[in-house]
Amino acid sequence: MNSVKRFFNKQSHWVLIAPYIAMFSIFIIIPVICAVALSFTYFNTIQFPTFIGLKNYITLITQDTVFMQKVIPNTLKYALIVGPGGYLLAFILAWLLGQLTKVPRTILAIIIYSPSMTAGVILATVWQPVFSGDPRGYLNSFLMNAGAISQPIQWLQSPDYLMTIMIIVSLWSSMGVGFLAMLAGVLNVNEELYEAAYLDGVKNRFQEIIYVTIPCMRPQMLFGAVMAIVGTFSGGGIGVALSGSNPTPEYAGQVIVNHIDDYGFIRFEMGYAAAISVVLLFLIWGASKVSFKLFSDD
Amino acid sequence: MANLKGIGINPKRFHKSQIKFYVILLPVVVFMLLPILFVLFNAFKPMGELFVYPPRFITLHPTLNNFKKLLETSGTSNIPASRYLFNSILSTAAVVMLSIIISSAAAFVLSKKHFKGKKLLFSINTLALMFVPIAVTIPRYLVIVQIGLIDNFIAHVLPLLAMPVGLFLLKQFIDQIPDSLVEAAEIDGASDYYILWKVVAPLIRPALATIAILAFQMSWNSTEASTIFINNESLKTFAFYMGTLASTTGNTVAGQGLSAASSLIMILPNLIMFIILQSKVMNTMAHSGIK
Repeated sequence: MNSVKRFFNKQSHWVLIAPYIAMFSIFIIIPVICAVALSFTYFNTIQFPTFIGLKNYITLITQDTVFMQKVIPNTLKYALIVGPGGYLLAFILAWLLGQLTKVPRTILAIIIYSPSMTAGVILATVWQPVFSGDPRGYLNSFLMNAGAISQPIQWLQSPDYLMTIMIIVSLWSSMGVGFLAMLAGVLNVNEELYEAAYLDGVKNRFQEIIYVTIPCMRPQMLFGAVMAIVGTFSGGGIGVALSGSNPTPEYAGQVIVNHIDDYGFIRFEMGYAAAISVVLLFLIWGASKVSFKLFSDD
Repeated sequence: MANLKGIGINPKRFHKSQIKFYVILLPVVVFMLLPILFVLFNAFKPMGELFVYPPRFITLHPTLNNFKKLLETSGTSNIPASRYLFNSILSTAAVVMLSIIISSAAAFVLSKKHFKGKKLLFSINTLALMFVPIAVTIPRYLVIVQIGLIDNFIAHVLPLLAMPVGLFLLKQFIDQIPDSLVEAAEIDGASDYYILWKVVAPLIRPALATIAILAFQMSWNSTEASTIFINNESLKTFAFYMGTLASTTGNTVAGQGLSAASSLIMILPNLIMFIILQSKVMNTMAHSGIK
């Protein structure tokens, strides 16, 4: 009994961190290793996976026309607009809010943040009636009344509009934790630094942002960037939620996350789906590398 | 630069130069707010008003009918909505409590203790900030199968407990506590468990509140477990039920009131919690930087 107690006191740091490490390993590290391992196999969930080397990757690059012609361009387009765009928007909004007094700032910040905490859930409830394809849809009815269109448009089923709608909806819901971090960053810049900067010849608000605000809140900027990247890649699945089908109409809103689901849970080609997952993880890692280069001190 | 109080960052009082910022922010705020108002109005709309053409945004005669109907309607296999709600509350409460305990214990160790491998563990965790669960849904499913958690209620809870963002924010926050405070307690003979519980925990309440909010949002909105890990309808959560409701009735006008009512049930706890705790969240976020 005594030795148990001694162990708990002597190794207390391992005891305290063990639960986290256990959960972290089981649900993050092992799945990632599994994904990498499975990506070299053929696995249909019924038979034991058979090793097939790089075949999944070769097929993915050379034969999967949907992947190369639709999924990758869609993912890049979506990620490049929603990621950096949403990030820039978050910074601008945070900076603008920083110029207001406390009470209105807090109220507006809550409003801007609120879509991000509800987005996934109310997606269908809100946006489907708005973009509904019949004349009763809010957007259709509005445009028809205004005389802009004469026939209702099938917004969510049309390959021409789906991607644009996905981007708008994603931007709407992208002001999350990263936005809050940047707002806190803007507010915590030491006021004396601004005064000093003006004495040193900073002339306007724009220069102030470039020379004082951003350098001072670099750590928050980096945190915000990582959050933006994660949000962008994990939120990409909304095309399916909006259009109600996987694959999306003519693959117009198909991004890499949907492609994984399509192969993994619809066709049960788990090995192939795992290979796509690995590609996705690399994309995220690469994007984060870039933002670390941009914002990290060293 | 004489008047720093009304102009510039974090002004103390209103100044007419702030009007231009309001003008720029206004359209953004309206765009952010409209969908939420839409849910609010639709949730209380009587059936007649849902069918009005052209569709009207505002509700003229609010009614609770949608909520009554929601509670009376049962899912595909005769499970009442309240059962899903109960599952959600139970699993979310478990996730919030356990993730606070697990993350704060780990964050305390990574911040204040000295041992081999500490730096490595924290950098692995920072790397894992980029982790996107959706990318490894399939291996996660296989792991759940292997450890026998399929159709087990704790499959709602366990996968959400490793929260790299939570650990990260807590560790950064605990870094602010002076080492001397912990050392003084050590010299007095306090064990690490005692220090964590009696010295550190009271000082990091804002960060704990933030973790609670993040864990709450994640768990309350999560459909992963209900969709993939659990087949037993009576063990699924409200977020999942809402999803089926929206996809079966959401496209019809009649279903809009119902799905708006359930959306409101999903949104409100999140919103209320955030409004109550927002000052603590902002306090934590000030230390969120990655250096």
